[in-house]
Amino acid sequence: MHEMGIANSVLEAVRSEMVRYPGSYPCKVCVRIGEMTAIDQEALRFCFDAMILETELESLELGIEVCPRRHRCQVCGNEFAVCDYDSRCPRCASLETAFFSGDELELAYLEVEEYGSSTVREKST
Amino acid sequence: MDRVPLERKVLSENDRIAAELRARFQEHGILCLNLISSPGSGKTSLLERTLENLPRRDRVAVLTGDIQTENDANRLKRFGFPVKQITTGGTCHLDARMIERNLADWKLEDLDLLLIENVGNLVCPASYDLGEAAKIVVLSVTEGEDKPLKYPSIFFKSDLLVLNKVDLLPYVPFDMNAAAENARKVHPGMEIVKVCCVRGNGLQEWMTWLEQRRKAHKPLVPETVSQ
Repeated sequence: MHEMGIANSVLEAVRSEMVRYPGSYPCKVCVRIGEMTAIDQEALRFCFDAMILETELESLELGIEVCPRRHRCQVCGNEFAVCDYDSRCPRCASLETAFFSGDELELAYLEVEEYGSSTVREKST
Repeated sequence: MDRVPLERKVLSENDRIAAELRARFQEHGILCLNLISSPGSGKTSLLERTLENLPRRDRVAVLTGDIQTENDANRLKRFGFPVKQITTGGTCHLDARMIERNLADWKLEDLDLLLIENVGNLVCPASYDLGEAAKIVVLSVTEGEDKPLKYPSIFFKSDLLVLNKVDLLPYVPFDMNAAAENARKVHPGMEIVKVCCVRGNGLQEWMTWLEQRRKAHKPLVPETVSQ
């Protein structure tokens, strides 16, 4: 259950980033989670929601982008997502393939809004 | 609304400390290994047999993590090497800051090998870099051969799989070939050693792996002979 620590690190990053945006508040933070990390999405959301409750970040939304395990074929250069642990190249059937992504645990982006501007946007749409 | 790119690791603070530790280990020629398994797979038993087999003059130290108790440190201290218990008080993994803090009392120049026994857990320790040169995953034959498929992250990130308690094979429905095949599905080419820490079977193979790692890790610059 290290998702609490992960959620805490995400919120710390949001708070430190928001220092650069006085007069704005964060609406959404998006993280990238690789299939090969041991992070449970539901547990992360649960911890995130519990940690923002009754804080200044209560309205913050968490976006999770899941990154599949991807291999590159050493023979033909094909890049493909590995399903069911089958790391054989689907193009040339070579077993000589190497992992290159799928263990991400990264902060992707933060969406910030100026105080008061959301009402303006609502009226204009 | 503005979208601000963040583009950094979630655990960047842990990774920063781990990188510092790795640089310090490198500077002092220390091989650091991080042992991970579910509770009861035999990490402490493997360390007991390892320390027992190492010459007393070897410059080895152990950090052992648990949620509570000093039991593991007490078991490991018997062999005469420096051992320190890290009790996390509830945290399910060790992180780089705990390692940094607990190394503070030791002189790194006095060490060649640092063995870290993580908290018994096959999931969370996989996310935390401790500055180690390699992770080692221990799996015992009572746990089931599909564990690598169920908990792929740690098998993917570990250099070596130690299959422990092989003396129990006649009594448990564990398919050794399937276990190896599953581990290599997750981590193609993964090295595997089979041991029984109670009877000592296979320990030589493990000690050879360790010795080879230690040799490969020694600084390439020859030591200067003092005049």
